[in-house]
Amino acid sequence: MLANYAPILIFLVVATGLGLVLLALGFALGGGQKDAEKLSPYECGFEAFEDTRMRFDVRYYLVAILFIIFDLEIAFLFPWAVSLDTIGLFGLVAMGIFLAVLIVGFIYEWRKGALEWD
Amino acid sequence: MSALLTYVDELLVGLGVPAPLPYVVVTGIKIVVVLLPLILSVAYFTYWERKIIGWIQHRLGPNRVGWNGVLQPFADVIKMLFKEIVVPANSNRFLFLLAPLVSLVTAFSVWAVVPFSETFVIAEIDAGLLYVLALTSLGVYGVIIAGWASNSKYAFLGAMRSAAQIVAYEIAMGFALVGVLMAGGSLKLGDIVLAQQGTSLLSWFFIPLFPLFLVYFISGLAETNRAPFDVAEGESEIVAGFHVEYGGIAFGLFFLAEYANMILITALTVLFFLGGWLSPFAGIAGLEGTWLAQSGFHWLAAKMVFFMFCFLWVRATFPRYRYDQIMRLGWKVFLPITIIWIFVEGVLVALEVGPWAV
Repeated sequence: MLANYAPILIFLVVATGLGLVLLALGFALGGGQKDAEKLSPYECGFEAFEDTRMRFDVRYYLVAILFIIFDLEIAFLFPWAVSLDTIGLFGLVAMGIFLAVLIVGFIYEWRKGALEWD
Repeated sequence: MSALLTYVDELLVGLGVPAPLPYVVVTGIKIVVVLLPLILSVAYFTYWERKIIGWIQHRLGPNRVGWNGVLQPFADVIKMLFKEIVVPANSNRFLFLLAPLVSLVTAFSVWAVVPFSETFVIAEIDAGLLYVLALTSLGVYGVIIAGWASNSKYAFLGAMRSAAQIVAYEIAMGFALVGVLMAGGSLKLGDIVLAQQGTSLLSWFFIPLFPLFLVYFISGLAETNRAPFDVAEGESEIVAGFHVEYGGIAFGLFFLAEYANMILITALTVLFFLGGWLSPFAGIAGLEGTWLAQSGFHWLAAKMVFFMFCFLWVRATFPRYRYDQIMRLGWKVFLPITIIWIFVEGVLVALEVGPWAV
């Protein structure tokens, strides 16, 4: 059972190795001279005005929260969808009720404007 | 292929190589057999992209390096290898170099569970689809880390946009996949394809799941930050987005990951909705026994090539969406469509019609 996952581990190792080799090659062959101007962050050729670690729009945070809710919902739906032919009509109706509750929440969100971007 | 692998396995065991090593070698060969063509496809996908967009815009595209420019991708790779990797002064050096690696490893590792034919798949795990979703979600970290570690405003803005967009469309994609699971009845990608096996191409899932098929493919465009959803890169607004500070092969790794992800989306679309390696001509009189009616890798490849062309076609045809329009499409259009279709499927299951007929 777990042995089925062994190729994935090997695959991860191979992929990481490939990435590291490419990066190492890039550093070895790239060369080049460093100076303060070259190492400064790009900002249309100006001197950087302020640090980048600044405040950002709260809507991104909101999207992240919504994502967690819906992703959990999907995580619930996966095992349900796979076992559809064994749980029968009861399973279908139960999930219908579960989804209906979540849809009420979704409509609330929508009406509150949590999905607006301007 | 499998005969060769068994031969290598027996040879190594015969030579007295200790237990797990022959297995590792054989798996390693399989991985190379997948990765090498994948990297070559990425290379030629970029060449093809430039050619096709050139033709659509009445240009020639690359035509200098080699015959009609066929060596262009190799010239690009060599150029990228010899370019300097600049690590900006204010960046987090470790995270800055980790980000492209994360992108590449997640983009490549997904291929471990993709079945290329009925017999060839590297890791035949039961939770294949879950693994695919997990790794494509992890891919977001590459973007976020890159944008954060660069400590550059454009990179930061690009990363935020890109992450929010990927996350939003992942929801629509996940719901579309729930629909596929309801029809396929298994998380194993190979079983989902086999569930579509029937008399002809009419038993493929794109007919009962047509809205989900469209939502999945368009979400795939958005997931990979492709035109018309490429505001995360938006050359004319935020220069290049999250990888603006990356040069040389560090950028190359992002590039490789992005294109590998695009090819993956085409592969998954074909596997979930278009019968994977199954032949569309199976069961047609007069074609039995020919390669046309035979299922196999050639059909998977042919279908994938078509969708890869669609990626380029869409890029050359449609203007870019505005960011608020992208988010609206994801949350307010695709999400309701998928939820409604799950309900429709539920009713179909209860009534036992379509693929659920007993």
